[in-house]
Amino acid sequence: MSRIKDTFAALAGTRAALIPFITGGDPTLSATVPLMHALVRAGADLIEVGMPFSDPMADGPAIQMAHQRALAAGATTRAIIDLVAAFRRDDTRTPVILMGYVNPVEVMGYGVFARACQTAGVDGVLLVDMPPEEAVEWRAEASRAGLDTIFLLSPTTSVERLAVIGAASTGFLYYVALKGVTGASHLNVAEVAARLAIVRKSAALPVGVGFGIRDARSAAEVGRFADAVIVGSAIVEKMAAGTSTEAAIAGTEAFVRDLRAALVRGGGARS
Amino acid sequence: MSYEQPDERGHFGPYGGRFVAETLMGPLADLERAYREARGDPAFQAELAADFRDYVGRPSPLYLAERLTAHARGARIYLKREDLNHTGAHKVNNTIGQALLARRMGKKRLIAETGAGQHGVATATVAARLGLSCVVYMGAEDIARQAPNVRRMRLLGAEVVSVTLGSRTLKDAMNEAMRDWATTVDETFYVIGTVSGPHPYPTMVRDFQAVIGQEARRQFLEREGRLPHALVACVGGGSNAIGLFHAFLDDAAVALYGVEAAGKGLASGRHAAPLTADSGRGVLHGARSYLMFDEDGQIRDTHSISAGLDYPGVGPEHAWLKDSGRARYVAVDDEEALAAFHTLTRLEGILPALESSHALAYAQTLAARLGPEAALIVNLSGRGDKDVETVAAYEGASTCRA
Repeated sequence: MSRIKDTFAALAGTRAALIPFITGGDPTLSATVPLMHALVRAGADLIEVGMPFSDPMADGPAIQMAHQRALAAGATTRAIIDLVAAFRRDDTRTPVILMGYVNPVEVMGYGVFARACQTAGVDGVLLVDMPPEEAVEWRAEASRAGLDTIFLLSPTTSVERLAVIGAASTGFLYYVALKGVTGASHLNVAEVAARLAIVRKSAALPVGVGFGIRDARSAAEVGRFADAVIVGSAIVEKMAAGTSTEAAIAGTEAFVRDLRAALVRGGGARS
Repeated sequence: MSYEQPDERGHFGPYGGRFVAETLMGPLADLERAYREARGDPAFQAELAADFRDYVGRPSPLYLAERLTAHARGARIYLKREDLNHTGAHKVNNTIGQALLARRMGKKRLIAETGAGQHGVATATVAARLGLSCVVYMGAEDIARQAPNVRRMRLLGAEVVSVTLGSRTLKDAMNEAMRDWATTVDETFYVIGTVSGPHPYPTMVRDFQAVIGQEARRQFLEREGRLPHALVACVGGGSNAIGLFHAFLDDAAVALYGVEAAGKGLASGRHAAPLTADSGRGVLHGARSYLMFDEDGQIRDTHSISAGLDYPGVGPEHAWLKDSGRARYVAVDDEEALAAFHTLTRLEGILPALESSHALAYAQTLAARLGPEAALIVNLSGRGDKDVETVAAYEGASTCRA
């Protein structure tokens, strides 16, 4: 029923899923759908698409600049949803998760946004600055539209809060691997592994790990114990480095292929 | 009926709350707990009271501005002289409170955002006094227009970080401070400068600033033997206004006026008056409130001659006070604020901050309307020394254009 659930079920016991993050509309709206297909060719299991926001408080410089480029190129929340619909015309299998900040969604209206996502073929939504405590109305609308609601866990999340967040989440749990913003470079893999063992005791859902995974080596290390490896800033930087949109997509595809190759059989702790 | 806001999760009606990424949820819960304990601790309150008296110079005077009153031809205008506080504005009331709390929590490093630089100076000041390190985030545009305060912060030992992304003003400084806090949360205390941000900040900052209204109410009763007809204060995030209003909320006969920045005029769209323009409700910097955004929910660039009011949102308690009808919100444009700046300077020998000049401009209009039997209090929230260059540059430019 849920593409996200099916994808994790199919991978269970084999390897960690790979979830690349891109900013929708970066550098142009027309680049995003070809890029999404390239990510799938490179081995992405799910795709996370960022909805640009003027004030991305949880993001480091790489994704901040991607948001600014996308907004300058005319990206809006509706335009990003339309891009997913366009992607769905050729790919009905790969789960797509939208990630963004509350305000544009609140301004559109939770119900309107959720129904538009459902129609377009979006599978799940993560609103970075909306913890479960503030999400009662949003969760009701998302559930009505068949969308998974993904929430963050972090190194500062208490054991009591793990239960609250687990109860509010569907699809998978997103563990933020370090204290900081996206694109940070102080990942401590042993620490993450230890924390994840605690998270798993109370989590009924698969657990993805993101923030601070920058290359094939760190992806492989995290992939040994996580159900999914989420890579954002490093991919957004590859897109920014291309001399043309085509070259940027090709460079990003090659990078994601390397990440995928690093996630070998035997990884993924949950069977 | 007695005023009881916010609820236990920091909601003022539909406003406020705690809209932050998960990394900050635990630290905010810790802060809330530590603040609740400190608030109930007589030793903490005694230290705060002693600092207010001996370090800030409280109580600040309530001054009857006779020549301004004569000029406005109406109600007697009293000025609550927060400009006479140490560091020159009301901001220090809050930074002393938060710094004492930071020390109590064992934090070694303070960070702050600043617009006009007054909150940055007030944070750098208390950091110097308590031997804590201090980093202040400030938009590049504000660094250019408030240079004297940047120099003061550096003299006090603070590192001033220029924020060059986004609109390069207060909102971007706050984004950057939040990013720092998420990264360094174990050792850092984030000193938010206004009644905005995630719970418990709007409540905590209000409580520290409430001393303004508590004093003003007592001082006015002593002078006039009755309550004032109205209170007037400028509103950016809204901390000096909440501070003045709070002791009077249950005094239904006292009218409360918050004065926002109309910038180039409400019709121009180049303003910073989300309440007056009724620009809609949204979520920014951890709280739901009135907010300025476009049809896609992207935060709009704002404009005001005063850096301290140049912010697209407003504290959630103001949103609640507007909806409940307890306070009214109006807006004053750059030219009117500038005129009031000159009027007070020439008639009373007091240089007001450009932020406070917005309140002074509206107070004169209101005084004329209320008539000579009435009396009102304006919060003179800060002094204008920092604005001398801005005023000269603005008027130089206007003269050149003319």
